[in-house]
Amino acid sequence: MRTLLKNAKLPNGELVDILIADRLIAQVAPSISETADRIIELNAAYVLPGLVDLHTHLREPGREDAETVATGSRSAVKGGYTAVSAMANTHPVADTAGVVEQVFRLGQEAGLCDVFPIGAVTEGLNGEKLAELGAMAESVARVRIFSDDGKCVHDPLVMRRALEYVKSFNGIIAQHAQEPRLTEGAQMNEGSVSSVLGLTGWPAIAEEAIIARDLLLAEHVQSRLHICHLTTAGGVELVRWAKSRGVQVTAEVTPHHLLLTDESVRSYDPVFKVNPPLRSERDVLALRAGLADGTIDVVATDHAPHPTEDKECEWQSAAFGMLGLETALSVVVTTMVKTGLMTWSQLADRMSISPARIAGYNEHGQEIAEGSIANLTVVDPDATYRVDRSTSESKSRNNPFHGLELQGMVTHVLFAGKLVLDNGVVNARVND
Amino acid sequence: MNSHLLSINDLSVVEAIAILNTAEELGKISDGPMKKLPTLRGRTIVNLFFEDSTRTRISFETAAKRLSADVINFSAKGSSVSKGESLKDTAQTLQAIGADAVVIRHSASGAAQRLADSGWISAAVINAGDGTHEHPTQALLDALTIRQHFPNNGGDLSGLKIAIVGDVLHSRVARSNVLLLTKLGAQVTLIAPPTLLPVGIETWPVSYSFDLDQVLPEMDVVMMLRVQQERMSNFFFPTAREYSKSYGLTNARLACLKSTAIVMHPGPMNRGLEISSESADAKNSVVLEQVANGVLIRMAVLYTLLGGVPLQGGAETKS
Repeated sequence: MRTLLKNAKLPNGELVDILIADRLIAQVAPSISETADRIIELNAAYVLPGLVDLHTHLREPGREDAETVATGSRSAVKGGYTAVSAMANTHPVADTAGVVEQVFRLGQEAGLCDVFPIGAVTEGLNGEKLAELGAMAESVARVRIFSDDGKCVHDPLVMRRALEYVKSFNGIIAQHAQEPRLTEGAQMNEGSVSSVLGLTGWPAIAEEAIIARDLLLAEHVQSRLHICHLTTAGGVELVRWAKSRGVQVTAEVTPHHLLLTDESVRSYDPVFKVNPPLRSERDVLALRAGLADGTIDVVATDHAPHPTEDKECEWQSAAFGMLGLETALSVVVTTMVKTGLMTWSQLADRMSISPARIAGYNEHGQEIAEGSIANLTVVDPDATYRVDRSTSESKSRNNPFHGLELQGMVTHVLFAGKLVLDNGVVNARVND
Repeated sequence: MNSHLLSINDLSVVEAIAILNTAEELGKISDGPMKKLPTLRGRTIVNLFFEDSTRTRISFETAAKRLSADVINFSAKGSSVSKGESLKDTAQTLQAIGADAVVIRHSASGAAQRLADSGWISAAVINAGDGTHEHPTQALLDALTIRQHFPNNGGDLSGLKIAIVGDVLHSRVARSNVLLLTKLGAQVTLIAPPTLLPVGIETWPVSYSFDLDQVLPEMDVVMMLRVQQERMSNFFFPTAREYSKSYGLTNARLACLKSTAIVMHPGPMNRGLEISSESADAKNSVVLEQVANGVLIRMAVLYTLLGGVPLQGGAETKS
């Protein structure tokens, strides 16, 4: 199978033709006139290395009513992703080699993108006893990222040991930074809006206190730390300080924290209920600045599907979390690129190259050049569209961007040379 | 006012004063020989209480019956919190029954707004207390009580100094009162230990203090809030004794009040904790007037939402 992309714009602005033969990029040149099974005229649309998500809830096993690995893969491809990282908070928890191998195999069966499982740090995510991290690392799934996401590894001794232990196989601990005592019953960002709405506050300090502690721990034991979904201006400053000291820390921000604020909560619509919560305008601006200057290394979706009944209720009884895979790139284009804060090359770095490097996904985030694996995402940079939750490939509909107009649209995705997204349509028959 | 009463923010100054005026007009009728009005005959009002509150329920029930409405009391013991029937299913049931208005009391902040905005039900929704968010009819009855003691030509509360004392953080009464009393021109001061004032208080249109003794002598109105016993287990203050000493309306503090000042409490009172028994029963305590005005205000709200034109009390045309 040979595919020829005509008039593709590389992230650096260069216009080229790209020939893909089987799994690999065969040629990148100003003009290629060779024959191909499929020739796609891109009219100067951007071609990026396939997007890589470090934070995805695929819900399988256990909550197949919300999402499955297969539907989550379709959603990922629709959003331009060629690799996603399946979070461990499934039922059963992904805290054994058996469960991570199951998730890995489900991803391979779906065949639309790579699904790399994240392993739990502690058994059952209970924060007390280390899970078999080594067994998960040595499994077929070759787990390198470990996280109790949804829960914080709050015991400092457990966190220290986890950070140290994974060094032997170059693992990384991805921390959901949330001091549990300071966030008991927390419903939304603590500030002027929560004071008026009478919803229990989730203070920024509860996130920053754990980040500060973990940065010091990571420095002390010389281990790699990844901060999940950073949301506060103070957190950005802490990470910036730690990087200046040479701490091996990386951090992610979600698309929703780049765009939405706690003002949305005034509707009491639980589609805006998420953990960590939507913060203030000041935090949003600090996150954008941090992503632009590289303090924040990656954009990660925290794609969190929930069935309708878990959101169609009172705010305080609703589930935390929102969809993200299909809108992530558009949100980043709208908030970061169209505003002039970031270039397309920086976008490719934050959404593909850096996440692939952090996770050790060697077949992803490669340079768009001859011999690289053909994991590629095509983006029409000038297309604008109104988000419609009903058109999602996800099983769930908890889309906080519904009705918003966003810029930049993913049109095609090649996964290891296979055209898995063709003109915005997921090509599930690609494996036949 | 639109078709619901979810928050004091739903009311303009004119609309709020119109409700107070309507309540006073209804009060004149209630003082007469025939207490009952035919206004809402044939209309069905559901008291949907997810939280026990005999006092508020009885007040709404009395108000509805005096307007000749049919009243159904729906005590929803289970909520989606306790995995009973969901708010949605309850709402759709009430819709099918044909409720014209739903008076909802719920432990979740925003529950009334969810009910009104969801499209599950077309009835008028009246918030009778949602979590720690708002309790608008309580604020309206408080405003009416204050106005009766400090009448002015505009029918508002301009120039009055009002203290709200106690657990502001968890108080829906305080939130609604802050919005309404300041809307009507009063200067509101909140007094509480720092632990019981919300983060973000500096954005509210009020002043606040940690020192009750300094503030009390200049106040026209002192509104004491109920202290929930469970607050002590979460370190909001060390002991009931210490709270009472610093923030309770003791006999000594009662003696410091202006002679014209009134003492208010939304009930139920913890005598000896936030208010001494003598203060609660003092001649300037208006606690029972609040209860009586509660019925009139709820009649006025039902009347306005379901009945039609406001009753003329004079101030309505002065906007």
